[in-house]
Amino acid sequence: MLDSILFYFFAGVAVLSAALMVTRRNAIHSAVFLITALLATAGIFLQLRAEFLFIAQIILYVGGIMVLFIFVIMLVRLDVAIHQIRFRMQKFVALLVALALGLELTAILYFARKLPGQGLFIQGSAPADQLPPNSEELARSLFSSYLLPFEIASVLLLVAMVGAVVMAKNKKRTDEP
Amino acid sequence: MNPTTAAILHFLQTWWVELVCGVVIVAVVPLIAGYIVLMERKLMADMQARLGPMRVGPHGLLQPIADAVKLLIKEDIVPADADALIFWFAPVISMVAALTSMGALAFGPTFQVARDINIGILFVLGVSSLGFLGIILGGWASNSHYSIIGAIRSTAQLVSYETAGGLAVISALLLSGTLRIRAIVEAQQNYNPQQHSGVWFIFLAPVSFFIYLVASIAETNRAPFDLPEAESELVAGYMTEYSGFRWALYFLGEYANMIVVGAVATTLFLGGWLRPFPNVHWLNWLDFLPVLLMALVGVYCIYRAGKQPVPVQTWFMWAVALGCFAVAAIFAAPWIFAPLKFIVPGLNGAFWFLLKVTAYIYVFMWLRFTLPRYRFDQLMHLGWYILIPLAIVNVFAVGVAIVLESEFGWNRWLALIVTTAFTLAVAAILVNLHDKRTAGASTATTATTDSYAG
Amino acid sequence: MADTVQEDATQKNGTLLGADELVLNMGPQHPSTHGVLRVKLKLDGERVRGTECVIGYLHRGVEKIAEHRTYQQFAPYVDRMDYIAAVSNGLGYCEAVEKLLNVEAPLRARVIRTILTELQRIASHLIWLGTHALDIGALTPLFYCLREREEILKIFEKYCGARLTTHAFRIGGLQYEAYDGFEKDVERFCKDFERRIKEYVDLLTGNSIWIGRTRNIGMISAADCIAIGASGPILRASGVKWDLRKAQPYAAYDRYKFEIPVGANGDTYDRYMVRMEEMRQSRLICLQAIENIPEGPILGKVGKVLKPPAGEIYHSIEAPKGILGYYIVSDGTIQPYRVRIRPPSFVNLQAFDKMVRGHLVADVVAIIGTLDIVLGEVDR
Repeated sequence: MLDSILFYFFAGVAVLSAALMVTRRNAIHSAVFLITALLATAGIFLQLRAEFLFIAQIILYVGGIMVLFIFVIMLVRLDVAIHQIRFRMQKFVALLVALALGLELTAILYFARKLPGQGLFIQGSAPADQLPPNSEELARSLFSSYLLPFEIASVLLLVAMVGAVVMAKNKKRTDEP
Repeated sequence: MNPTTAAILHFLQTWWVELVCGVVIVAVVPLIAGYIVLMERKLMADMQARLGPMRVGPHGLLQPIADAVKLLIKEDIVPADADALIFWFAPVISMVAALTSMGALAFGPTFQVARDINIGILFVLGVSSLGFLGIILGGWASNSHYSIIGAIRSTAQLVSYETAGGLAVISALLLSGTLRIRAIVEAQQNYNPQQHSGVWFIFLAPVSFFIYLVASIAETNRAPFDLPEAESELVAGYMTEYSGFRWALYFLGEYANMIVVGAVATTLFLGGWLRPFPNVHWLNWLDFLPVLLMALVGVYCIYRAGKQPVPVQTWFMWAVALGCFAVAAIFAAPWIFAPLKFIVPGLNGAFWFLLKVTAYIYVFMWLRFTLPRYRFDQLMHLGWYILIPLAIVNVFAVGVAIVLESEFGWNRWLALIVTTAFTLAVAAILVNLHDKRTAGASTATTATTDSYAG
Repeated sequence: MADTVQEDATQKNGTLLGADELVLNMGPQHPSTHGVLRVKLKLDGERVRGTECVIGYLHRGVEKIAEHRTYQQFAPYVDRMDYIAAVSNGLGYCEAVEKLLNVEAPLRARVIRTILTELQRIASHLIWLGTHALDIGALTPLFYCLREREEILKIFEKYCGARLTTHAFRIGGLQYEAYDGFEKDVERFCKDFERRIKEYVDLLTGNSIWIGRTRNIGMISAADCIAIGASGPILRASGVKWDLRKAQPYAAYDRYKFEIPVGANGDTYDRYMVRMEEMRQSRLICLQAIENIPEGPILGKVGKVLKPPAGEIYHSIEAPKGILGYYIVSDGTIQPYRVRIRPPSFVNLQAFDKMVRGHLVADVVAIIGTLDIVLGEVDR
């Protein structure tokens, strides 16, 4: 009972925030509503006992990516961007994409009711509170079955960091005589 | 009864302890934060050869109440061009992030809201980093050039030092092997199951503790890293346009953050709610320390009561003394009435935990009054060039020590001492490079200039 | 990284307002400008490219007033110029008028004047140290310095009744005899002060944060100092060993042995060290002086009505902030024809532009602090 209440609360907040996010005029307001939508999604993760995913969503998505978004929105001169010519067919393409996405999701949900067990793709999985602890399982699989992708991802991140610093430094050097 | 009431009753029955803890956190922590401010002012005064607040209430004890009332009745000024929604929202984010992160902390073996959450420490660190959003949004919403610059600087500082702090936390987590808060403290109690001895992680990984100390000072924007907040600098910081209770929320958020950071350090390094030298049986008399301490404070109050100049102060001292004896009696009750034994771990644990958090915060304040302020670029240099490399090397060193012990059969202490020595050597090299760099800036005086020309 | 390399100051148009430049106004009301000083900073991002100081907010027309007061009536006015070090202002003025009258104060008066002036030097440097440290972020030294200064002000109060604007000296000598216990008080203060200086040194001198905030900040070369006319600790920290107490001794300074501290680089840290050492040397002078205060009269042969012969005189002393000079022109009447005061802070403030170019905005407060200016003196 408590689970349902919480789920409806989180889901409601997520949907409402998403709706508000796309309808705001002010970019920072949109960003703030995106943050609330992400936090609500994180809450749903927590309900599913995926604690690590919950905290990863908060630390990385909200605490990292959204902070970056907000910095960019603050520092970029948006009034200049507004007066530039935009893609004129935007509304039509957006409608098309939204319809396609809606159809896909409906199809998935319709066919899902025909699959046995709970959840969509995981067959025969246990109820949420009987699953093994999320962090340990994630760590175990990251360091055994998925070790290679993990290492590749780390190297990629390192390259990105070093590249960003190098590019920023070069820019500074060409700026100052 | 109908199913809704049954469900609610069942909920309350299962979760009443956590609810009470949650209510206590939300209700009491702002008050405690206010009294930490008083403690800071009194401590500052003591270190500066003066008395501090003395007027409001006996020895200034009602000062936080007076400040709170003043801030509440102040005019609510919102700048004309400020974004009203975000302006309202930002201080709330700061405060809420700090309070929520306290939900996962265990202030004693029984006081914890998010009981046994799988990701304990990570929850605390992650949710408290949501406070940065409050700073950025607050700076932006003020619609003032200097507020935005101050907010960006503050955030840059926080993010840099959070990296170093997180790495220090990781090296302590390597020793405990789990993220759960209760389990970390138990790991410090049972670190050597064969010999049934425990040791605080600060003795096993002192460099980690030091890195975390420095990082947490920068995290909470305290001196010597408080340039974004300093009044004598030109850029006034993200809190400028906030007055009255909005400012109070930011301020309380900052002090609540100090409590969180102190609690994390206590849990990870200082043994949480364990007394010093847990599991060492011949030191079991330390369990009586809370009683002794409170009794001693009570005796001291009685001694000072005779020296007060004014009668009302004498009565106040007697009241405080009686209060201390009452608390000492509560601590001593379980030993007198055996049926009350079950409250011993909870009560004593909470006492030790709060003592350690207070000591940690005391160090924060001590540093604030002693050290001058770093300039912003020096601050960032310290974080990125010294602290983060040191933290990385430290994680590596602690990992090596653990592997040496488990794979190669070294003695635990030997492995840790060797790796700590290595880390300290790296630290010395880094600091040396840093000093060479700042001293090597040109000391040559410029060529003589003709001041009368032009 | 903060390169604290000075921008080439020969670039005459360094203050040309470019596309990225911002003019930032500091003051006249600002916690760190130590008075009503207005500083317009031309910034390029974080770096200062040029400055413009606007002064005059404390101008009171002291020199004009002097033309309408008798010599004795004008003496309290000079205290209000450098109000942190009123006693030295009074010393300079009284000695200048005495030179004009061709009268010398008796030895006992000169010795007591020396003691009080050196105590005032310590008090002035204590205020400088406390406020400078406060600007850089160290909260505690201010209160310790004020605690020591309190002892000195108590001595002044016992001596002449006032703490700040003392009017301690009279033309021709002193009005008040040294009170009973004067030597004891001064001796007790000096004995205690050694330990206190050690406290400040412990807090600041070796502190790497302090060194990082003051080393190589605000450098000025010896040649620049001389060209500008800077004097006092600023000149000495740049390497020039010039102190009027040794070069042109006045009062009773030639009777005592003391050192003149000199710095090497002319940066803020050197000025800090020079002033700390000056405090120690002042303490030594006081200790030497109180050992043997000669007996004798305290007021020379000066009439009630002062009519110096027509003529002019320039007399300068080493005030705590630099060279304080008085140029008095007398036309034979009881009121001076012209009194021109050469305040050290006014001349030293010219060094500000040179010192601050190329530094970050956060260093500006440190540099203003290290100049040790008093706006009462700058504006008169």
